[in-house]
Amino acid sequence: MSLFVAWPLLSALRYAFYSFKGLAPDAFVGLANFHDVLFTEPFASWTWRALKHNVIVFLSLMVVQNGLAYLIAFALLKALPGHRVHQVIVFLPVVLSAVIVGFLWKLFLHPMFGMVNAALALVGLPGRPWLGDEATALGSLIFTNAWHWVGFPALIFLAGMQRIQRETLEAARIDGANDRVLLTRIIWPLVAPATTIIFTLTFIGSFNWFELPYVMTGLNGSPGGATDVLGLYFYRTAFGNTTSGLQDFGRGSALAVLMFAFIATTCAIALRYLRRREIQL
Amino acid sequence: MVNRIGRRTLAAGLAAGAAFGGSARAQGRSEITFWTWRQEDRAAYTELFAEFMKANPGITVKFEAFAVEQYATILSTALAAGKGGDVIHTRAYGGLEQFARAGYLLPLDNNNVPELANLPDDAKASLTLRSDGKVYSYAFASQTLGLFVNNAVFRQHGVQPPTTWAELIEVSKALKAKNVVPIANGMATAWMCEVFTSVFTNPLLGPGFVDEILAGRATFSDPRYVAALGRLLELREFLPPGFTGIDYPTAQQLFLSGRAAMFAGGSFEIANFRKQNPRIDMSFIAPPAPAAGAPRLVSKFYDGGYAVNAKSTNQADALKLVRFMGTKAFGDRFSALLGNISPIKGVTITDPLLAEVAKLNETSAPYIMAVHFRFESPTGSELLQSGIQRMMAGSMTPAEVGASITQGIARYFKPFQK
Repeated sequence: MSLFVAWPLLSALRYAFYSFKGLAPDAFVGLANFHDVLFTEPFASWTWRALKHNVIVFLSLMVVQNGLAYLIAFALLKALPGHRVHQVIVFLPVVLSAVIVGFLWKLFLHPMFGMVNAALALVGLPGRPWLGDEATALGSLIFTNAWHWVGFPALIFLAGMQRIQRETLEAARIDGANDRVLLTRIIWPLVAPATTIIFTLTFIGSFNWFELPYVMTGLNGSPGGATDVLGLYFYRTAFGNTTSGLQDFGRGSALAVLMFAFIATTCAIALRYLRRREIQL
Repeated sequence: MVNRIGRRTLAAGLAAGAAFGGSARAQGRSEITFWTWRQEDRAAYTELFAEFMKANPGITVKFEAFAVEQYATILSTALAAGKGGDVIHTRAYGGLEQFARAGYLLPLDNNNVPELANLPDDAKASLTLRSDGKVYSYAFASQTLGLFVNNAVFRQHGVQPPTTWAELIEVSKALKAKNVVPIANGMATAWMCEVFTSVFTNPLLGPGFVDEILAGRATFSDPRYVAALGRLLELREFLPPGFTGIDYPTAQQLFLSGRAAMFAGGSFEIANFRKQNPRIDMSFIAPPAPAAGAPRLVSKFYDGGYAVNAKSTNQADALKLVRFMGTKAFGDRFSALLGNISPIKGVTITDPLLAEVAKLNETSAPYIMAVHFRFESPTGSELLQSGIQRMMAGSMTPAEVGASITQGIARYFKPFQK
């Protein structure tokens, strides 16, 4: 099993030090591929731009998607009438594939025929090319991702909240705690293990983001790289883009190694902190 | 007992297989596979290969198509493992080099494929590895970029297809006043931005510009190139609403449905457009000239070719198929069935629209990035496509786009390193 996991990783590491002829390693080039993707223009700009977008995606999803998920979980915890139906509705998009969700929202956001612009027109607001505008394209993808996945962290938070003893919450209520206090002072520390899981999954998901931008804005991260992320950049570097670029497994492998190192290191540090936080809380 | 029954069943099965068909090998015939990304051409190739198999009764050709987006990946993985089709559809220019350089393809010459003599020089050059000067694939089609015109829409609104830039603006204004989208193109699909740019700027740049670039006498920061890009900005008001978010399929549908009057695209659209709207009355014209009397240059490039897998165990038969596909008879049938222009000399094109395209090719300039700057990274196409998307959206100037292309290409293109 270790060999099954380790072999591809070690291969990618080895390939990162070679130039390629097709798929076959050609000459040992030392750190040249790493230097290219980190310091040689225009590759360096593309790498840092993609990384910046991944960071924006991660932070936005943590706040928008997971913040909303936390509130939804609390609403479901209160077991208001119809909560079971809502639980299903919230979770429903999660079972759809990213490809379906991507195509669906691409249609909704279409500048001429999309539902979103039509709805805006009904209330007298101007529409816009959501996916074709550098100012809104990445935000539209993040929104779509949040719509797709919000049910998943909501369920994890709900499971965490349901493990809290009812007496604890009732005692807080008797002491005069309102919903805001309950959410921020009582529940938040007690769902720390759920937060750790959600943080980790969101981090890995954000930095491996591929399907949704690929389906909605294409391999180039259109428009003009406004939605380019590391996953897309890696793919078109390593495997080429038929309509514009070439295959370069050496530089692609260097990107893959850097992505792996970044994700693994950051995750390890964050997990260490979050585990400590769980114990403290 | 069980083993005996098993053996009998197996023997009976094999006998039945041999008697009632089974594989080509079972029949003592050689089977070669043809790998392609063009799933949509299956019916035409089945017909073409049937003719080959009739002439070569000992050989069966199996058509295997893969998704266009994954074709290069699947092909390179297979070839690296010593597998892949016996005959392979390849891209031209840089798309060919990455396979040829790795030694995956058999060099073609006048001895193993005498039909190479049937190709014009620029077709052979498009499938030649620059480092060794050998041809590795047999060109199958040339493509031309120009302007599609929906004749019915033009007639309905009493306007004529434009021949000069001034007429293009005038006609576009008239169409827009009548609620028709003058030009269907959007900017959301990156490669279509390159097509759009080439269609409209080639006549503005004139016939000698590409040679000046290749000789290093001009760069993409040249005032003529920057000015040509700047003229594209004049077209923004004639593109569909929200054009930065309009993708390729939407642009096609706007044109096919008659909601848009013109479409800047390639001759590779003809067959597809007819399939989607068999009643469409369209022309394919050269893009407008900067002024009356100036040449109206279309952009031309070769799409790809037929190569032989260097590791094929059926190389002799694979070469027979490539030779068959290099004959005038094949070129005639290819053009008729697939609506593409075969580059084989003397091919007869019976389709009137395709014949128009072939005529336009006489006044052409290369589709510059694909033909000359898609061999190394960053490719001219990557830089141009991204720059045009940003320029048309207003976040880059034409001069910035030109400078970004020049700087990117200068990484490997010596004439720009001065």
